Amino acid sequence: MNETALQTRSVIVERDFPYPPEKIWRALTQPHLIAEWLMKNDFAPVIGHSFAFRADWGAVDCRVLEVEPNRTLAYSWEAMGLQSVVTWTLTQSGTGTHLRMEHAGFRQDQERAFQGAGYGWQQFLAKLAGVLAEAE
Amino acid sequence: MLAHSDMLFRTLGDPTRRAIFEHLCREGEQTVRALTARAGVSQPAVSKHLGVLRRAGLVLDRQDGRQTHYSARLAALAPLIEWTSQMTGFWHSRFDDLEDLLKRMDQ
Repeated sequence: MNETALQTRSVIVERDFPYPPEKIWRALTQPHLIAEWLMKNDFAPVIGHSFAFRADWGAVDCRVLEVEPNRTLAYSWEAMGLQSVVTWTLTQSGTGTHLRMEHAGFRQDQERAFQGAGYGWQQFLAKLAGVLAEAE
Repeated sequence: MLAHSDMLFRTLGDPTRRAIFEHLCREGEQTVRALTARAGVSQPAVSKHLGVLRRAGLVLDRQDGRQTHYSARLAALAPLIEWTSQMTGFWHSRFDDLEDLLKRMDQ
């Protein structure tokens, strides 16, 4: 356990697909398609729309934050009492698409979207990191 | 693992409990009385929060005469620290399933 581990709360996964952005956008935004690779859901590509992903282990509460068709999709992701944000970015590359997913617990620029839980966690972890650094 | 993380996140999701835990991390072992003096809530409330923290494995209690001393168990934070690696595994496998779906959508 160290300071870096406490502060790095972001997961990025990227992959290139030999398909146009429009096709990937459909897989990211149509509920019956999302259910095929992620979880059952009542998603709608409308900013402010609240929805949930459901799995046998529980549910993830979400709200749509950003919709830019074939380019960007972001939603809040609240699971296990931790609020975070999932952002999808699609970039056309030749005949294919570069897909990037960032799942960020504590992004400064998203702080307003967190308000409660996320912000409290950020402060808590920052303080705790300081305590641990002193203890070492 | 998910069930344990869930309890951990919920336990520390409460600001008062988080403050108590943070104080124990910072200051080391404390009595309920000393924690109450800082917490800004009643002693029964502090005791209740400590009970929740104890059940989540986040604090240890030690009886010394009539006083109970509490200390933080930093090792219990491991699942929280592992959040990033857990989520990385989760999203990689979701990307695999997305890739399979996209192949099927072609047909």
